[in-house]
Amino acid sequence: MMLSSERNDRLLMLVFIAVVLCAPIIFAPIGAGYPDLLQKFAIYGIFAIGFNILFGLTGYLSFGHAAFLGVGSYATVWSFKLFTMNVVPAMALSIGIAGLFAVVIGFISLRRSGIYFSILTLAFAQMCYSLAYSVLTPITNGETGLQVRALAKADESRSLLDADIRVVDGFFGVTETSVPISNFFGLKMSGWEGFYFCAILLIIAFYISLRIFRSDFGLMLRAIKSNQNRLNYTGINTRPYLIVAFVISGMYAGLAGSLLAVTDPLAGAERMQWTESGLVVLMTILGGVGTLIGPLIGAGLIKYLEQIFSSINEQILEATFSFLPETLQHFFVGITSLFVGEGWELTLGLMFMIVVIFVPGGIMEIMSRLIGLFRKKPTDNKPLAGEAQPAE
Amino acid sequence: MDVILLQLLNGLDKGGAYALIALGLTLVFGTLGVVNFAHGVLFMLGAFCAVVFNKMLQLGVEKPSEDTGLGFAPPPEVVPYVDIWFGEEMGSLITSYSVPLSIILVIPFMLLVGIIVERGLIQHFYKRAHADQILVTFGLAIVLQEIVKHYFGANPLPQSAPEIVSGSANIGTWLGVSENLVYPWWRLIYFGFAAVVIAAVFSFLQFTTYGMVVRAGMNDRETVGILGIDIERRFTVIFGLAAVVAGLAGAMYTPTLPPDYRMGMDFLVLSFVVVVVGGMGSLPGAVLSGFLLGIMQSFAAVASYASLVFPNPADHSGFFYNILNFIDSWVFFPGIDQVIIYLVAVVILLTLPRGLLGRAGVMED
Repeated sequence: MMLSSERNDRLLMLVFIAVVLCAPIIFAPIGAGYPDLLQKFAIYGIFAIGFNILFGLTGYLSFGHAAFLGVGSYATVWSFKLFTMNVVPAMALSIGIAGLFAVVIGFISLRRSGIYFSILTLAFAQMCYSLAYSVLTPITNGETGLQVRALAKADESRSLLDADIRVVDGFFGVTETSVPISNFFGLKMSGWEGFYFCAILLIIAFYISLRIFRSDFGLMLRAIKSNQNRLNYTGINTRPYLIVAFVISGMYAGLAGSLLAVTDPLAGAERMQWTESGLVVLMTILGGVGTLIGPLIGAGLIKYLEQIFSSINEQILEATFSFLPETLQHFFVGITSLFVGEGWELTLGLMFMIVVIFVPGGIMEIMSRLIGLFRKKPTDNKPLAGEAQPAE
Repeated sequence: MDVILLQLLNGLDKGGAYALIALGLTLVFGTLGVVNFAHGVLFMLGAFCAVVFNKMLQLGVEKPSEDTGLGFAPPPEVVPYVDIWFGEEMGSLITSYSVPLSIILVIPFMLLVGIIVERGLIQHFYKRAHADQILVTFGLAIVLQEIVKHYFGANPLPQSAPEIVSGSANIGTWLGVSENLVYPWWRLIYFGFAAVVIAAVFSFLQFTTYGMVVRAGMNDRETVGILGIDIERRFTVIFGLAAVVAGLAGAMYTPTLPPDYRMGMDFLVLSFVVVVVGGMGSLPGAVLSGFLLGIMQSFAAVASYASLVFPNPADHSGFFYNILNFIDSWVFFPGIDQVIIYLVAVVILLTLPRGLLGRAGVMED
């Protein structure tokens, strides 16, 4: 579908940058043109892009990527508490720590493939979740979650969980008025500034992912997906490539977790729960595994649906169906209220099943089918690069 | 000593639940070759069967209460049908036995659910990648879970064990060990129940011709098909059986753990770990590792090993006590019981790649 020539890539990149920077205008008609939601699009987009580097290219289905998201969040909040409210060291720390975690988990999990790999990553993520929830309470503040606090007064000696020190900020004499807000060298990370910060990182993340897809390294990962045995027989050791892919995707997840904590300085254990890992898998599948923009579309769609579907209540539904006779109105309100509001996850689950059953290639496959219909020229039936194949 | 025995018993009870879920999971896995992420939800559905049965027993006729002469009528009393049909004493006895009796509802219902799920969904995924199987069953799990949440709400619904067995058994005095060893009756019954179900499933597979054919199908589906046996239908039955086992485990577990729509997912991750530790496709392995991990977990949950082995304060000195105390200072954290299972799983998988009793050639493609 997409020719991977230099020119096309440059065009894709330009269109992508334009769309991301104009997002507030583009998404305004569907009611998503406000910074909080757009930020979520960008952050989960980064998460999904990173996940896609592992799953889309190598076919190794990790069910534990939420662990890196959580680790990134905790590292960021600790950096805020200890050093400075500036986001640069916080993000560097998060990416570094998430990368370290990924090295350890990847080194162990990647000894196995297929279903064993999925279960091992799942076990590691659940272990991290349990540790964060109870055992490591001094670091993670248990179920309450870790928060940024006001600076500790000089004469007080309280626990770090109650008050912060922010050594670097103190050294440079940054004054603090009320609730500390993360900043990028003075630029407050809230509202539109926050969104554009995430957007620029998203563009960088997308560019790196594009380079990886087009590189020899990406080609090697694809080769692992299509037939790992054959590669091994030709004398290539595939494990280092896999570990590097795992670590890169872990670092993407760490960055996403860090940005979550940057825009809302708080980290909780529930970010590491395995359903969260399932969500990123869903985002990637929904958009189209192994495609460049697919995971981004999937992430945006799911976050949008979450926002919109969960906010619809019975009054809105009744207003929508008010043109119908009363019995029919009650009938339709009763049916649709199952799928919205509190029950929006039902829609999510159904969507999940429908996509996996009917369009394993996700939205990108639907789009390429549509384009094929309109062009009316014989399209080759080659499956998209994104067909989920198990790791052999 | 008796404290250790108590932890062992605790572990057997929890291990029973793990073993039952893992048994069904590995049955589906070994025969059908399907990774079923919706299995935990089947466990949850079984538990909610007990809730529904309990509610059904309490249905009845509204009888207007007598006017007390205070000027307003008190709310009408509900007389359950069972009281009307069987008399009041028999009726209340039946109601108090709602959890074990709910098996009457669980078995046909879970069989139906299992068959519908297999025919409607799983059947089409035999040939597809494991990743697709995981994803579609994960989606199914979310859907079923949300439906249950819609009808029963998000709060746990406690169920009570029959009154006769609500107390505790004084095992210590029977065995003549000590007087401190008391243990809830229901947990003993659950353990016994799990043992019976496991034995039944094993003998079904081991001693009947039907089971023999299924085991042959586990090893080589194609050859069994070539021999003219409708292996597809047997697989449907096996999936139904796995669903029933999960449902029974769930229904009987309700007095210990109040059913809540999330319980399936919580147990699912654990039972996958159990299956993998036991060795994929190995039924004895699943049972063994279920009990093993259950016992591990209950031992990890106790505050300190030193006080476990030396409960008497007078013994708090000496070589072994000091060693245990030293270990405690490193090993014991609150909540370590949640972590220990995964730690054990990782260690076992890395040392024994096929799990405890895994056979060569299963899921190694």
